[in-house]
Amino acid sequence: MLKIDNLVVSYGPINALKGISLEVKQGEIVTLIGSNGAGKSTTLSAITGLVRAQSGSIRFLGEDITHAAPHRIISRGISISPEGREVFPALTVHENLRLGAYTRKDKAGIEQAYDRVYDLFPRLKERMGQIAGTLSGGEQQMLAIGRALMSAPRLLLLDEPSMGLAPNLVLMIFELIESINKQGTTILLIEQNANMALSVADRAFVLETGKIAFSGDARTLLQDDRVRSAYLGGKGAQSRRG
Amino acid sequence: MQTLLGAIINGLALGMAYALIAVGYSMVFGVLRLINFSHGSVYAFGAYMVYFFVSLKVGLFPAILIAIVLSGLLALTIDKVALEPLRRKKSIPIATLITTIGMSFIIQNTLSIDYIFGSEKHGFPSLNLFAPIVIGNITIQSSQIIMLVVAVVLLLILTFVVQKTKIGLAMRAVQQNTKAAHMVGVNVNFVISFTFFIGGACAAIAGALIAGYYGIISPSMGSTIGLKAFSAAVVGGIGMLHGAVVGGLVVGVAECLAAQYLGSNVRDPMAFVILILILIIKPTGFFGKKGITKV
Ligand SMILES: Nc1ncnc2c1ncn2[C@@H]1O[C@H](COP(=O)(O)OP(=O)(O)OP(=O)(O)O)[C@@H](O)[C@H]1O
Ligand SMILES: [Mg+2]
Repeated sequence: MLKIDNLVVSYGPINALKGISLEVKQGEIVTLIGSNGAGKSTTLSAITGLVRAQSGSIRFLGEDITHAAPHRIISRGISISPEGREVFPALTVHENLRLGAYTRKDKAGIEQAYDRVYDLFPRLKERMGQIAGTLSGGEQQMLAIGRALMSAPRLLLLDEPSMGLAPNLVLMIFELIESINKQGTTILLIEQNANMALSVADRAFVLETGKIAFSGDARTLLQDDRVRSAYLGGKGAQSRRG
Repeated sequence: MQTLLGAIINGLALGMAYALIAVGYSMVFGVLRLINFSHGSVYAFGAYMVYFFVSLKVGLFPAILIAIVLSGLLALTIDKVALEPLRRKKSIPIATLITTIGMSFIIQNTLSIDYIFGSEKHGFPSLNLFAPIVIGNITIQSSQIIMLVVAVVLLLILTFVVQKTKIGLAMRAVQQNTKAAHMVGVNVNFVISFTFFIGGACAAIAGALIAGYYGIISPSMGSTIGLKAFSAAVVGGIGMLHGAVVGGLVVGVAECLAAQYLGSNVRDPMAFVILILILIIKPTGFFGKKGITKV
């Protein structure tokens, strides 16, 4: 479904991605883990067209989207719940969700999408008319995820969806990820919480300073000593903040 | 008493026309955080296009319609040719600002080239389309009534577009968080072009209304009025439509009162006196909120 080949991205002199290759197949949950600054969010920005690839290619559903404009990429069926939430602060919760469905034209489908999101996040339903900038951090995170679901994406990119959520909500988010996936959405998940991510994912890629260090079956990586020591707190507590 | 009322009516009509120009500054500022100083020259261009097409005998209203479209396209082209390349290169804001001033000179000087329109003034078809209304000893020209009504209707339409339509929602999205707008699939470049087009079109209408009231045009007609409308936008709170309207009315009424009671030399500086006062008392303008910087 998504195939990245030898992707290189730089921010001026900083080489954020030094030629990474990865694939996400239809129906999978794939997780991308790695320490701070490894290039995880940059990978998602490149997929959505927000940063330019210097070389390499990104293909989605067989089409080359490496140099496509973001709105074209989004309308092909990719959506993103970004790092740092990025809600529209002066718009209401409902308007934010409406923008999530911006590329859709089917009125009935949009109505269904609202129902689904409000069903998943009753908190958002209660706060439908509230200005997004005044939501709590956790509520904004729900809004970012809800907004990403509004387009009924084929591929959902989640950048640290559990960030800033209370422990019970973190569990709920991971259950949600599994259930969205079961309903047919392919997911590429970035998480600081590598343990949780590896336990819901089918496959995983480990990024280290712009390069893929390991990849493979998520369950296997969960047992892998190198991964355990670097990302699962094997060598003591790891910072969880991004 | 009656001269006071007369001055206020003059001011309201003129102020609504200023508001029509001010929304162009305001909307572009909203989506790009840029003061587009080429806007006044688009206003002048709009008036000249009406003049030109009227001289081709296409009729006044068709001429105005053509001028609206051409001015919208000019504004959009200024952005595409001169400003978008700078944005793409992520150049410093001051470079873009100076480019807009440069574009303004280029347009104004092009209009004044001898074998184009020349630097002299030209008569403009009057918009006094019906008899003036006389109440006591106040005379309201029909061009003033037209100015007021047209501007009010247009601003209502514009408000509707911004608040109730999909493209309006996209404009507000770009205004608040451009990155997120990209991420939900808004065609941000289209929204920016649309914004320039609407701003240019409104400026052309204002150009026709004001030139039709004074009956005269000159290549530099946009420079003072452009700055006044910019002041109006800042006075009301830049980035906000209703701010542009209130700012325009305040500037319009203030300058007509000043002309009436303090002499016509005091007229033009009034907008800037108000601007300076507002910047001292409430730097964000009447309706401005803190934190209208990019998120
Ligand atoms: N806009 C930018 N300008 C310059 N450098 C950037 C920019 N965005 C990211 N970088 C750099 O690129 C590298 C990768 O950043 P990225 O955000 O992709 O990391 P990440 O893996 O998502 O980290 P985290 O877990 O902290 O979110 C970092 O060194 C970062 O400093
Ligand atoms: Mg990140």
